[in-house]
Amino acid sequence: PCAGPVESKNEAAMSELVPEPRQKPVVPMKPMGINANLLGYIGIDTIIEQMRKKTMKTGFDFNIMVVGQSGLGKSTLVNTLFKSQVSRKSSGWNREEKIPKTVEIKAIGHVIEEGGVKMKLTVIDTPGFGDQINNENCWEPIEKYINEQYEKFLKEEVNIARKKRIPDTRVHCCLYFISPTGHSLRPLDLEFMKHLSKVVNIIPVIAKADTMTLEEKTEFKQRVRKELEVNGIEFYPQKEFDEDLEDKTENDKIRQESMPFAVVGSDKEYQVNGKRVLGRKTPWGIIEVENLTHCEFALLRDFVIRTHLQDLKEVTHNIHYETYRAKRLNDNGGLPPMAVETEENNESNL
Amino acid sequence: SCQFSDSAGYVGFANLPNQVHRKSVKKGFEFTLMVVGESGLGKSTLINSLFLTDLYPERYIPGAAEKIERTVQIEASTVEIEERGVKLRLTVVDTPGYGDAINSQDCFKTIIQYIDNQFERYLHDESGLNRRHIIDNRVHCCFYFISPFGHGLKPLDVEFMKALHGKVNIVPVIAKADTLTLKERERLKRRVLDEISEHGIRIYQLPDADSDEDEEFKEQTRASIPFAVIGSNQLIEVKGKKIRGRLYPWGVVEVENPEHNDFLKLRTMLVTHMQDLQEVTQDLHYENFRSERLKRTGK
Repeated sequence: PCAGPVESKNEAAMSELVPEPRQKPVVPMKPMGINANLLGYIGIDTIIEQMRKKTMKTGFDFNIMVVGQSGLGKSTLVNTLFKSQVSRKSSGWNREEKIPKTVEIKAIGHVIEEGGVKMKLTVIDTPGFGDQINNENCWEPIEKYINEQYEKFLKEEVNIARKKRIPDTRVHCCLYFISPTGHSLRPLDLEFMKHLSKVVNIIPVIAKADTMTLEEKTEFKQRVRKELEVNGIEFYPQKEFDEDLEDKTENDKIRQESMPFAVVGSDKEYQVNGKRVLGRKTPWGIIEVENLTHCEFALLRDFVIRTHLQDLKEVTHNIHYETYRAKRLNDNGGLPPMAVETEENNESNL
Repeated sequence: SCQFSDSAGYVGFANLPNQVHRKSVKKGFEFTLMVVGESGLGKSTLINSLFLTDLYPERYIPGAAEKIERTVQIEASTVEIEERGVKLRLTVVDTPGYGDAINSQDCFKTIIQYIDNQFERYLHDESGLNRRHIIDNRVHCCFYFISPFGHGLKPLDVEFMKALHGKVNIVPVIAKADTLTLKERERLKRRVLDEISEHGIRIYQLPDADSDEDEEFKEQTRASIPFAVIGSNQLIEVKGKKIRGRLYPWGVVEVENPEHNDFLKLRTMLVTHMQDLQEVTQDLHYENFRSERLKRTGK
């Protein structure tokens, strides 16, 4: 099918928020009259434009989770990524607040718009992760949250009278923040990624990369890549989901050279060479966040947002969600989950 | 505002439609069109004309033909068409024998069964364990051919459309329009529309024009329904150009001449609404089928 159940849309109210820009029609809506090309052109390619219009009209959901010890700059980074105040840091959270005793899951939603495309962005923060004295199993609340979103989607999907566009709260991308020790990954990092890479797209990032020189950074990245490989951790983009040679070539380069991205985040602007740039000001110079010679933030941003956004959603929907669903069906003897509950539940769910 | 350079403020997710575009083009599209009408109304010729299939280099995939009854048959054939890099896998479901029997009492039951079977299959696949490669064979659109020789809808036409308007998008088409003068055509169109309304038949409705679409053109298209069309497999030379048409002693009827018939309107409407036709099939007809089925089996 041309569109398929890939994109789930947000409420209809959103489409009334911003008036659409009037675009020049690409589709030749008027018959051209008799011309020499009569015998050659049907107009099937216009279906692409129809789909594009649909994407623009309905907008899309994107849910990104950030995981890592407190102080690694997660909230700042997310704000930098979306050039908006979208993280927990910006919605009334106080830096002086105590570290929670257990891992909390905090989801904050924003609607942002760009070039006529509306995005309902949800940032899921996980304060308390890795901050306790005993961090055993601290990934469990996170895994639970992720699976709960799959369950929510599944329940809606098996409903008899189901919504036209199922609201998508599933986590499309999980940024895992590695501390820039310069040595190696910590046991907690390995445990988390081992467990969670099976249920969600994990993108490891090295946080606060401005504490390392270029050499230290290169070595650290190599070591981290090796450790991930040795421990069988499949981070996004996963090798087994490369669709064709083109994808494989592109993704191999990213997997083997660029990742994990060593990033610096900032929501402060400074003047450098007559331009306003996001950066961090130190006595020894200004670290420019979007300068590729300073850090790899721009690579991360392009990767997550400009080139692989749709793919992140598709892998979540077609792979992770389907895996969850298949397991639920199998656990239920091949039947959809609600079959067990029909007696208690009068609302004839499947 | 729309800034397409790396200025502060530009994130880049405006590029998402391009990402979707790239994936869609890679994947290609599927569309199933059914044609229903008595023999000899020019259905096959029209399909060839619509998709230039006998002039196009094509690759035939053996179709899933189900011969259920002797009188009405369902013949599905699939063709892959590529245009400007966009691949379309088009399945045309023909219904030879429809309306031919002396007693046509049950002739559309076969057709209803076919449509329901595709829904059933999709429902089964959608509920299964492995959903990676679900094929959508559901009928997205049905061209219903009305004879130009009558005075409007025949009883069979009415019964068929009433039985199927809740299962498929019906686009009524007046066939062999070259047997009518323009005045007769208008009269017949009006008659057909009146009867459709009288019997509460729900035909496919064009969605309202988007802000960037030509509202006037869309209205004109709407006003032309039912489309009065002509098809042809022959190329005739007119003013030094080879065009599809029908050569009569009194002149040439040109298929793609908007002044001769609504062929171009029909084709334009179809290709620019493929996405919507699929959406309505999924969101309305299929969902209706599904909820009925699930309620019935009491699962």
